Amino acid sequence: MSNAPAPSFDIPPGTAVWARDLTRTFGTFVAVDALSFDVAEGEVFGFLGANGAGKTTAMKMLTGLLAPSSGEALVAGINVAADPDAVKRRIGYMSQRFALYDDLTVRENVRFFGGLYNLPPAVVRERLDALLADLALERSADERVGRLPLGWKQRLAFGVALLHRPAVVFLDEPTGGVDPATRRQFWETIYATAQRGTTVFVTTHYMDEAEYCDRVSIMVDGRLAALGTPAELKARFGTDSMDGVFLRLARNG
Amino acid sequence: MSAFRSLVVKETRHILRDRQTLGVLLALPVVMVLLFGFAIRTDVQDVRVLVVDAARDGQSLDLTRAVAATPALRLVGVDGAPAAIEPALRTGRASVALVLPAAFGASFARGTAEVLVVTDGTTPNYAAAAEGYVRQVVQTWAAQQGARAPTVRVATRMRFNPEMKSEALFVPGLLAYVLTLVSALMTALSISREKESGTMEVLLVSPLRPGAMVVGKVAPYLVLAFVNALTALAVARFVFHVPMRGSLAALLVATLAYMLGSLALGVLISSKTPDQRTAMMGTLLGLLLPTLALSGFVFPISSMPAWIRPVTQIVPATWYILAARGAMLKGLGFTGLAKELIVLFAMAALLLVAASRSLKDRL
Repeated sequence: MSNAPAPSFDIPPGTAVWARDLTRTFGTFVAVDALSFDVAEGEVFGFLGANGAGKTTAMKMLTGLLAPSSGEALVAGINVAADPDAVKRRIGYMSQRFALYDDLTVRENVRFFGGLYNLPPAVVRERLDALLADLALERSADERVGRLPLGWKQRLAFGVALLHRPAVVFLDEPTGGVDPATRRQFWETIYATAQRGTTVFVTTHYMDEAEYCDRVSIMVDGRLAALGTPAELKARFGTDSMDGVFLRLARNG
Repeated sequence: MSAFRSLVVKETRHILRDRQTLGVLLALPVVMVLLFGFAIRTDVQDVRVLVVDAARDGQSLDLTRAVAATPALRLVGVDGAPAAIEPALRTGRASVALVLPAAFGASFARGTAEVLVVTDGTTPNYAAAAEGYVRQVVQTWAAQQGARAPTVRVATRMRFNPEMKSEALFVPGLLAYVLTLVSALMTALSISREKESGTMEVLLVSPLRPGAMVVGKVAPYLVLAFVNALTALAVARFVFHVPMRGSLAALLVATLAYMLGSLALGVLISSKTPDQRTAMMGTLLGLLLPTLALSGFVFPISSMPAWIRPVTQIVPATWYILAARGAMLKGLGFTGLAKELIVLFAMAALLLVAASRSLKDRL
């Protein structure tokens, strides 16, 4: 697609997301300040931060919606600044509102999103069947999505985000508004997905969920204030919960 | 399946699935034309009547007194010669004339009397009401005399609406109104609905291009609005016999240009509004109100204050109504409507560019 000169970055093999000094300014306001991190293929990477810490801006740059002011980011091996359209084809995205069309049936939603990624109809049909079997939703295929319980809608939205088999899937607060049992169940699905090699990049407000991530990054005021496994972070900040880590960072930040 | 086709299919499903809204949208042009055609008769006060009394007998004087005594009517003069009618109507001294022929009293006694009501065809609603009042006065008066009512004949001194159809005048404005409603409002709602539900984010993160997204979303509404235009024209034609004197093709081309402009306005509005409710208010106030009030549909532009007249020139509906009246009533074709068509297409092009810009800015 793009003929932009591919700068030679020294990227270790098996890296799904790679960011170096990724920065975005709006006028004089620095929303994201020199963000650098790597995410490995098949990793569940937690992306935390208070509201206004720069999470959303960083996500927008990584998903090709917003051009970086400076710095570099590669997602699925593609430079987001040089070829955002190619990035969009290789990633999946699930919004915090489990955005599906309530007035369309399960089948119609899946078909639409399949078409959006130019999947051949036969492939869509096959993946639809697999998805329905997976969610035990076979009998609800022709029901409108608006009638599904929230937990099912959430898992369906996740399945739809994975329909085109993206290398990286971005989940923006994917468990908002659902009960703890359903949240727990959803994390099982996330693990299963990561195990199949898909990288999961997830933002959350729930600190107990941060514990489920392979590694966690915490943004404070546009900067990456901490990055490590939950165990490492807890040890470094001398606390026994991610909640403690977060509070300490927020207080010092 | 291509992304674009998927989008069109999806959008069509949204439209077809919401039966209530679809029903309202399809019935709207029919209901509006019927409503305007049958029901809307302006209540007219202070009708200025000129009586042309060629008889000057007891009965004719008595009937003239009855006219003068009717509260809704104002007797502006009594004249002996029909020649007085034309200047009185033209200057507006009178809006209706009642002609009582020679020997009115005698023929009234025999039960064969005829009177003539002359109205001004440029204001059809007003004329119809005025004629109704005068007719009623004549009949009431005859009943009080205990005699058979005179035959009331009606003549119209017209300017450019010879068939005196108020329908003929309101149909172009109604077309503009319905098209604005369906094109602009429905587009604005369909885009802001995606924003509200969060699906817009998902579409933006997908490989679908913004241009394809706009076209894919508005195409089904373009079809729907066109169906509406045809329905309104058909009802006007077959129920009210509104003429189509000029080129139907020219009218449809003007309709297309007008729809494109309205759809672009809908996209523009939705790009500036966060949710469906705001989009709805924005469309109603920013678009439908000017379409009604500043386009010459409800209030004639010629009777507006001078300072507001330039504003009417930037309302797309003004030009569309001119084009539609030209095609339907004045018998114009592509040549005669060249100016209106050029303005409409220029406005549509400008608005479409602005609309796709507004979406890009938001990304």
